[in-house]
Amino acid sequence: MTPSAIELPVSADDRRIARLAALAIGLTLAEAALPSPLPGIKPGLANIVILLVLLQYGWRAAAWVSALRLLGGGILFGSLFAPGFWLATAGALASLTVLALARHLPARHFGPVSLSVLAAFGHIGGQLALAAGWLLPGPAITHLLPLFAGAALIFGAVNGILVARLLASTSSAKATPE
Amino acid sequence: MMLRAGDIGVLLAGASTVAALAVSAWGGGAGDTVVIRAAGKVVETATLARAQTFAVPGPLGTTRVEIAPGRARVAADPSPRQLCVKQGWLSRAGEAALCLPNQVSVEIRGRDPAYDTLGY
Repeated sequence: MTPSAIELPVSADDRRIARLAALAIGLTLAEAALPSPLPGIKPGLANIVILLVLLQYGWRAAAWVSALRLLGGGILFGSLFAPGFWLATAGALASLTVLALARHLPARHFGPVSLSVLAAFGHIGGQLALAAGWLLPGPAITHLLPLFAGAALIFGAVNGILVARLLASTSSAKATPE
Repeated sequence: MMLRAGDIGVLLAGASTVAALAVSAWGGGAGDTVVIRAAGKVVETATLARAQTFAVPGPLGTTRVEIAPGRARVAADPSPRQLCVKQGWLSRAGEAALCLPNQVSVEIRGRDPAYDTLGY
């Protein structure tokens, strides 16, 4: 018998998703070095990548990048399948669900800032829902809810503006030949 | 153009959500009654609606509890360190001042009790 080799064809899409997921993982790692006043309050820089992927390559690609980021981040932090990983997963799922709905908003009026803010609220909502149901039942989280929501609003808006700028700069770079 | 009309709407909606959450999480819970205990027994349950003063006897002397509209405090207490006096005015449900040496406690209750029971 000859040893059989399994060939997995790699498409250009796969490579692109892998590259973007690596970028998102890199941002997640860089962000972990930033001090945070409260666990769970983070700028969510990887969401910039996810949002760019969503706007340029669609929701499926964004979901792939998000899932790979969670997995890669979990492995690199050593927190795979630990509570923090599940919180991040719940947040990402909620955020992707929100984005799946929000991307059908008319683009003439709702730009990346809207998507980013809504996704940030989805993110923190998913995390807190899981935390409240599983890790910290009781009123403790309710008292911190305004802080989390405020952080989601601010970081969501900042990330959204960054995404809008990045999109504008890439589209103008494409438009003007060198 | 960074912000479109809908973006501003989303930002405003987000800001009002945050404000509403802050009000509901931090602003509520105003107390409406005060429960005064001496040696573990309730000696007085009074409304916070009008100003009045209670003198509560304890093993060291008399603790004076002052109630003003919406809040209450221990105005004077014979305890050596005056911790419950220094706590000042209490107005939120669940807040309490304990004068342990004189075995007197003052607790604010709201419409919805924050705790089933508190043991000191």
